[in-house]
Amino acid sequence: MFKRVFILGMLLLAGIYMTGCGRGKTSITLAGSTAFQPFAEKLAEQFMTKNPNVNVTVQGGGSAVGIQSASSGAAQIGMADLVTLPEEAKGLTSTVVAKDGIAIVVSPKNKVNNLTTDQVRDIFNGKIVNWKEVGGDDVPITVVSREAGSGTRSSFEQILTNITLKKDALIQDSNGTIRETVANDANSVGYLSHGLINEKIKAIKIDDVECTSEMIIA
Amino acid sequence: MKLVGEKGVQRILMITALSAISSLLLIALFIFSEGLPFIFKYGAGNFLLANEWDPNTGHFGIFPMIMSSVWVTLGAMVVGAPLGIAGAIFLSEYASPIIMKIVKPTIELLAAIPSVVYGFIGVMVLAPVIRNNLGGPGLSLLAGCIILGIMILPTVISISIDSILAVPRSYREGSLALGATTWQTTHMVTIKAARSGIVASIILGLGRAIGETMAVIMVAGNSVNIPNSALDSVRTLTANIALEMSYATGMHREALFATGVILFIIIMILNSIASVAIRNRNAKK
Amino acid sequence: MRINPKYTQWGAVTILTSATIFTILILVFIIFFILEKGLPVLGLSFLTENPQEMGKAGGIFPTLIGTIILPVFALLIATPLGISTSVYLAEYTKETRITKVIRFGTDCLAGIPSIIFGLFGYIFFVITLGFGWSILSGGLTLAVMVLPTIIRTSEEAIRAVPNSYRKVSFSLGASRWQTVKKVVLPNALPGIVTGIMLSIGRSIGETAAVIFTAGSSLRIPSSVFDSTRTMAVHFYILAREGISSENAYGTAATLIIAVLFVNLLAYYTMHRFIAKRS
Repeated sequence: MFKRVFILGMLLLAGIYMTGCGRGKTSITLAGSTAFQPFAEKLAEQFMTKNPNVNVTVQGGGSAVGIQSASSGAAQIGMADLVTLPEEAKGLTSTVVAKDGIAIVVSPKNKVNNLTTDQVRDIFNGKIVNWKEVGGDDVPITVVSREAGSGTRSSFEQILTNITLKKDALIQDSNGTIRETVANDANSVGYLSHGLINEKIKAIKIDDVECTSEMIIA
Repeated sequence: MKLVGEKGVQRILMITALSAISSLLLIALFIFSEGLPFIFKYGAGNFLLANEWDPNTGHFGIFPMIMSSVWVTLGAMVVGAPLGIAGAIFLSEYASPIIMKIVKPTIELLAAIPSVVYGFIGVMVLAPVIRNNLGGPGLSLLAGCIILGIMILPTVISISIDSILAVPRSYREGSLALGATTWQTTHMVTIKAARSGIVASIILGLGRAIGETMAVIMVAGNSVNIPNSALDSVRTLTANIALEMSYATGMHREALFATGVILFIIIMILNSIASVAIRNRNAKK
Repeated sequence: MRINPKYTQWGAVTILTSATIFTILILVFIIFFILEKGLPVLGLSFLTENPQEMGKAGGIFPTLIGTIILPVFALLIATPLGISTSVYLAEYTKETRITKVIRFGTDCLAGIPSIIFGLFGYIFFVITLGFGWSILSGGLTLAVMVLPTIIRTSEEAIRAVPNSYRKVSFSLGASRWQTVKKVVLPNALPGIVTGIMLSIGRSIGETAAVIFTAGSSLRIPSSVFDSTRTMAVHFYILAREGISSENAYGTAATLIIAVLFVNLLAYYTMHRFIAKRS
């Protein structure tokens, strides 16, 4: 588990625009962060059962899309998972709705269970290139990372400090695809939102700290 | 036709006929207006020729992506063009008409299978094979080339068949009458006569390969990297746009639109070459 | 030294035959791979139930709606535009500079990558015109995308109508427009239908442009201003995010069957058209 970290912000457009839709049915669109999308979908469902004449639509798109669409009015609520909000978000009201942790994950076939922060940094920097250097099998390490601009990636880099991702790291554009890539390749290592860990991958301890919900809140 | 006279009809048709060209101009206008200012601000040389792509520190060099697009496309050609042209020659010159009638539409079906399905098969079947037998991460330039090579097969085959069938029968008969075998006739007479059509099919396949997005994102691994070997992971121009668009803001977003501008220009050049090649074919007929 | 032409003949035919067989095997493999894993999931309930937990469980009903409605919307716009363009090109003008420009524009439009259509649709329809992620934005974007296919196939079909038909019509005193309406278009119809079918196939399979313009909402849309998700997008999300590989295969199988069906229909109409002409 990687310390506790990053913030899921929700941006409310000052003076919410409501687009009328058909006969008196109010419609609200949420757009943005893919990390937050599953939770937003569930919240929307609950909200709609309580308020049957409100229609809530949840869109993905990413944090930047969330901010842009809230600014432009394409969505009434933008979702972003970022540690710090960019310039564009100045005109919006933001509310922190959730906190999340980032876990380092490998394939369950991998023997390595524990890494130090320095080892993680060196793996993602490209200084450590073989699993045997950190106590695993003699196989090359495949590093999997998020794309530039991703909230998860910038949080990850902020926490690790002094990291320049190695050039040949595989890049995937969502938590789910990181999980799939790591699950499919026994030699790979990646990082993702702690809420999305499942049985296909293994989260490893960082400096002997395990990744649990309690640790994130603490 | 009482409401509008003949002249009126002609005018209406003329206006609708401009829909395609005006859509094209509109697309160009919007992509360029979002992307060109960035290119001027950042410098075309820096943008096109620098190796460093790190939007967080303000580095926007797309040279690795350009090279990757070139490699992926060339690789797809190496896989797809010989297979496609061989298939086209076999079907049009050697197979019985019944086989041709069944096989040609079946191969054209390949074109209708959604690209995400190709990508998925690349991830599930091809990438593990490459990883376990050749090494590397599996999601690689090689995987991209093979999947794209398969994807362009229908384009290459069907256009090549059309141009081979367009070669007059008398050419072949003349050659056979001189005692040539059917293969000698094919490669010395028929293929030469159908050359420009075959070239056009390859260029159109090239356009499809360079423009493909989803399948490449799925199989190529997306590292910003000039590949040293076929087993390295690469990121194409299209993948760069689709991967990072959702989280991009400010300069980063403009840089992605600028990537779109470069892609647009490359496709336009390829199309112009292809349409000249096709026109040559038609002129010969 | 010259190799005996008999051997080169034999060698060449062997290579050509095996290349063709290889190509066909790839196609068969792709279709069987998906169908083998997808067909067990397929069933009436899979098609008619709503998805649960982002598609992890349940069916694909809303995406079925999306997959029907988006192409229909796109074709409603592109078909009239495309046919009238082709009528203009084939019946109303000789080869001039304008027709050359129109033809070049059409060819270029046909070659533009879908991601560029996606960017354009996002900036123009979603943001500038304020349509949001909606059936409207997605349908209009797809319409622009399939327009060249319809123009091309319709023009070819119209040109294939024998000139004698037109001459008979003119000699009976019909105007040009009457001739087009009553003689040319009915005879070109099967070819035009083929173009429409090909376009439906392309819009069913499209993902990049659709995600950027129609969004990916899993709810059943109630108006054209609502976002929707097509089966291709649903498959992409299920497979990529690893939400449920079972449902992903099921969606892909449905998608492939739908696409095969549309293409067979196109091929059948084209075939009848050719049979009728000769």
